Amino acid sequence: MAFFLETLIAGLFAGLMYGLVAIGFVLIYKASGVFNFAQGAMVFLAALVFVSLVERGIPFWGAFALTALLMAIVAVAVEALVLRPLRNRDPLTLFMATLGLSFVIDGTAQFFLGTDVHMLDLGIDDIAQDYGGILVSRFDIVASLIVIALVAVLAAVFSKTRMGISLRAVADDTLAAQSIGIRLPVIWRIVWSVAGFVALVAGLLWGARQGVQFSLSLVTLKALPVLIIGGFSSIPGAIVGGLIVGASEALADIYLGPIVNGSVSTWFAYILAVAFLLIRPAGLFGDREIERV
Amino acid sequence: MASIQDSAPDAAHVAPAVSTPALMRLALVATGLVVAFGVVPAYATDYWLSSIIIPTIVMGLAGISLNLLQGYAGLVSLGSAAFMSVGVFSAYNLILRAPDLPLPGVFVLAGLIAAAVGVVFGLPALRIKGFYLAASTLGAQFFFQWLFTNYPWFSNNSQSLTISAPRLEFLGYDLQSPHGRYLLVVSVTALLIGLAFLVVRSRLGREWMAIRDMETAASVLGIRVARRKLEAYAVSSFFLGITGVLWGFAYLGTADAHTYNLDKSFQILFIVLIGGTATIFGNFLGAAFIVLTPIVLDHLVLASNVAYLSDQGAITNLQRVIFGAIIIFILIKEPDGLSAWIRRGVEAIRGRLAS
Repeated sequence: MAFFLETLIAGLFAGLMYGLVAIGFVLIYKASGVFNFAQGAMVFLAALVFVSLVERGIPFWGAFALTALLMAIVAVAVEALVLRPLRNRDPLTLFMATLGLSFVIDGTAQFFLGTDVHMLDLGIDDIAQDYGGILVSRFDIVASLIVIALVAVLAAVFSKTRMGISLRAVADDTLAAQSIGIRLPVIWRIVWSVAGFVALVAGLLWGARQGVQFSLSLVTLKALPVLIIGGFSSIPGAIVGGLIVGASEALADIYLGPIVNGSVSTWFAYILAVAFLLIRPAGLFGDREIERV
Repeated sequence: MASIQDSAPDAAHVAPAVSTPALMRLALVATGLVVAFGVVPAYATDYWLSSIIIPTIVMGLAGISLNLLQGYAGLVSLGSAAFMSVGVFSAYNLILRAPDLPLPGVFVLAGLIAAAVGVVFGLPALRIKGFYLAASTLGAQFFFQWLFTNYPWFSNNSQSLTISAPRLEFLGYDLQSPHGRYLLVVSVTALLIGLAFLVVRSRLGREWMAIRDMETAASVLGIRVARRKLEAYAVSSFFLGITGVLWGFAYLGTADAHTYNLDKSFQILFIVLIGGTATIFGNFLGAAFIVLTPIVLDHLVLASNVAYLSDQGAITNLQRVIFGAIIIFILIKEPDGLSAWIRRGVEAIRGRLAS
């Protein structure tokens, strides 16, 4: 039983990380209707830039601020060079453009900063502690608290500030939002910057766990099933979806893996997502769309 | 009275114009066949055949396969390479376990097996649509990579999990040389292009387009949407299965599960978008772009001889950046894909002929 719970908790933690990446998607999807494949590349870019700055002797918060600034610059550049010229194009074209964008981002990052694997130490010990017979890593607990705090801040920003309300207006009805004077390019820039900031946090937490390396950008692929389960347009949904995917993936790997002769974690999440889709096409928290002729 | 006068010269003008495109099309097909079977094999060197022409044609065929699904039926797939791998592993096992089967039979059966698999992974299309479908096809991508890696039976218990191409021969002709492999590729491609045209121009193709343009309206018109969608997955996967066999056996000579990875699926997606959705020949332009860009970039980097770039990792990453940037550029500048170039070229020639 303790083993089951430990597997479950490790899975839930991985799921929280998936959820964190998925939040970046949800933000951008809500504001511009783009499924942003480059979110994973942004996670990788942020982590790589941060770790390179720290290795060059810049203190933690300085590196953090500089990386956050860089992510904002990337956001402005993406809006000007990719999103604006592609306005009003179909979602698949936008998706492909972000795929191209992910090549540009992770190619540039590795071109300038190299392809080596970097170790990242956030100063949180990754040692297991005993909580009533169950071993849980202190790092997992601190990371979970950070994620929860981030989600709380985002939720507050979106429900209380003028900018957040404008964003929700854009997500609800872009045309109506524009007609009352909300400037779409500004919203896009802000949202991509926030997504970049979320990517930075995700990159630091993932990077501290498994090293800063190219595989960080592949975490994007896990975000798709997470979003499908949680719904494309809901931040709590992204977290819940992430938890479901992370936990079931970890459990399936332990209990189903030996039966079918190998780790199932590469594809299990997708099958789970499809099963969810068949039962609840809009995801747990998504908006149902109605089509008219 | 006026209306009769107005319409009469028009009719006279239109009558020959109706037969001209048909003639022109026939001439185009004839030219294409002559070039494909006569001119190219006579003049192309072995290097050009095996490194550029064969992969371009096969990837173009992959583009056509996905275009049938995506451009005509409006369904998304991120797992095209998975169906290619199903094709090649089926063909390998068919040749291994049924050695008497002639090569065309192997191709058709491999395509049919891929089609059956495609239908299974297309089943969610009956309940969901749009981008959500990407999940099931992405699942196929990872599932088959896993299956062919974890179950060595599929690669005849080979240690490296790699399958190598069997001897390719048909009716006693040896198809092992670059020219032989080229002829195999181009014959299969010609047949499949013909089939694609038949499908697209048939009732099936028109109903796909109706579903793509507005599903609800199509179902109101009495089109059996669910059935047509599954048929789209079946036809597309049939094409992809055969493409996979060509890629593994006629181009690479060997194949394993990682030959057909997610990158390959994305490349095929690029071919469709760059070449132009709902076109047939545009796919070959897209494929040429995908095959040639890395080669050209390689030569450019070598020619520029920058000391800083001597590191292979840096070159690869520079290529990634340029490739990504070109893709974004084309998506922005050519919404209809590179096939718009063909159309413009044809119109320019026609305009000059008319004047």
